[in-house]
Amino acid sequence: MSSSTWEIVTSSLPQIITAAVKYTIPLTLISFVLGLILALITAMVRLSLMRGPFQIVRGLFWGYVWLFRSTPLLVQLFIVFFGLPNLGIEFSPWIAAIITFTLNVGAYSSETIRAAILSIPNGQWEAALTLGMTRRQVLFRIILPQAVRVSLPPLSNSFIGLVKDTSLASSITIVEMFTVGQQISAKTYEPLLLYSLVALVYLVICTVLTILQSYLEKWTSRYVPTQH
Amino acid sequence: MLKLEHVNKIYGERHALNDVNITFPEHKTTVIVGPSGSGKSTLLRSLNLLERPENGLYHFDDLTLDFSQPISEKNVLQLRRQTGMVFQSFNLFPHLTVLKNVTEAPIHVLKQAPAIATSTAKALLAQVGLADKADQFPTALSGGQQQRVAIARALAMKPKYMFFDEPTSALDPELEADVLRVLLKLAQEHNSMIVVTHNMEFAKGVADQIIFLEEGEILYSGDPQTFFTEPTERIHDFLSAMNFMIK
Ligand SMILES: Nc1ncnc2c1ncn2[C@@H]1O[C@H](COP(=O)(O)OP(=O)(O)OP(=O)(O)O)[C@@H](O)[C@H]1O
Ligand SMILES: [Mg+2]
Repeated sequence: MSSSTWEIVTSSLPQIITAAVKYTIPLTLISFVLGLILALITAMVRLSLMRGPFQIVRGLFWGYVWLFRSTPLLVQLFIVFFGLPNLGIEFSPWIAAIITFTLNVGAYSSETIRAAILSIPNGQWEAALTLGMTRRQVLFRIILPQAVRVSLPPLSNSFIGLVKDTSLASSITIVEMFTVGQQISAKTYEPLLLYSLVALVYLVICTVLTILQSYLEKWTSRYVPTQH
Repeated sequence: MLKLEHVNKIYGERHALNDVNITFPEHKTTVIVGPSGSGKSTLLRSLNLLERPENGLYHFDDLTLDFSQPISEKNVLQLRRQTGMVFQSFNLFPHLTVLKNVTEAPIHVLKQAPAIATSTAKALLAQVGLADKADQFPTALSGGQQQRVAIARALAMKPKYMFFDEPTSALDPELEADVLRVLLKLAQEHNSMIVVTHNMEFAKGVADQIIFLEEGEILYSGDPQTFFTEPTERIHDFLSAMNFMIK
């Protein structure tokens, strides 16, 4: 490696990491936590036994999941940030990004959570109900703790996917990792080097998450006998 | 006292319960027998409102439910808190230890203090011979042990009535004996129990009242002595078939 290449690495890497700490990581964390809450509510509404006028609510949540899973994330970002101002609804880039990522990851994760809840055998509901628990108690005390274990791998997928998807925030003027790489590359004419550095930082973040996932999987599976 | 009047349950074309009238006396053990698909589980599950019959009356002490009317959540919970159910497939909560399986409902349904619930649970586990398994997860236990935990879990709610739906059908004969011993002891202590079983020896030994169901209809209800010694032709055929199965 020539000395000038090394200089570019040492000067740009701290900037890229700073962008990761200031934008990529908080954007991912905030959107994922909010998205999970939204996903849980969505899954519960869609599994509820509500009748009568409440069915409209269930229909609305169905429509939300359908809409956000059937359109590209980039288009959603543009509609929220560049489109909604036409209706007089304006958000800062941060808020627009958080809203869009939350709604997007919430739609996908709600399906994960719904499937995980449905995968728990009916006998668990029945045993808990015959002990006099309310449906809410059964859900929160018996079903969801078991569903967490089932949904952990697919939710980790969504989480890791979101880390990388936040690079799209560059398109609505947020100076996150990818934008920083782009700017430095334009100055130094070293696109291969710069984009590789950006990729490397994503790789490190996602590797840490993968390791975290395997610990969480072990912990949530502590009551399951080892299968291999 | 627990009593059903003119209860009907229909699945599509199938009359799973056909005009069922029966009283389950307190402090007695009623054993329900009958061929597969005769409606035994449906009957037991209706008593716990896991199934909702189309019509008929259900009396539980002073409470009367009319199955043709909507039943309030309050009544459902009230009834379930006073009845315990043990399933063929155990249905223990796999994410909770054996001890927590037993304390879960007393703490969160009856709002017992955890210390009290825990000491009651330990006594119950000792009673079913599993004091040393309290801190294990259910998957580490044999089927017979799991079923005895399930019995302790139901007993911890101090239910007025206990329902057992083929509690030993999923077990090997040696494990079955451990569970049957526990049931026999409960019966001898004059608990109010309703047991569905295919084990005629056990039925003979434990029943104060016996019910024979076929195609959703009660063809016999009453004294076990008469049932086994002077069976009608239909019951005789059933008993011979069961004997053949066992031998
Ligand atoms: N959810 C259901 N949907 C449709 N039919 C059902 C359902 N549950 C039970 N049945 C039918 O009702 C009848 C009674 O079933 P039930 O399970 O009560 O019989 P059982 O006496 O407990 O039989 P087994 O000894 O095999 O357990 C059967 O014909 C069964 O096919
Ligand atoms: Mg049955």
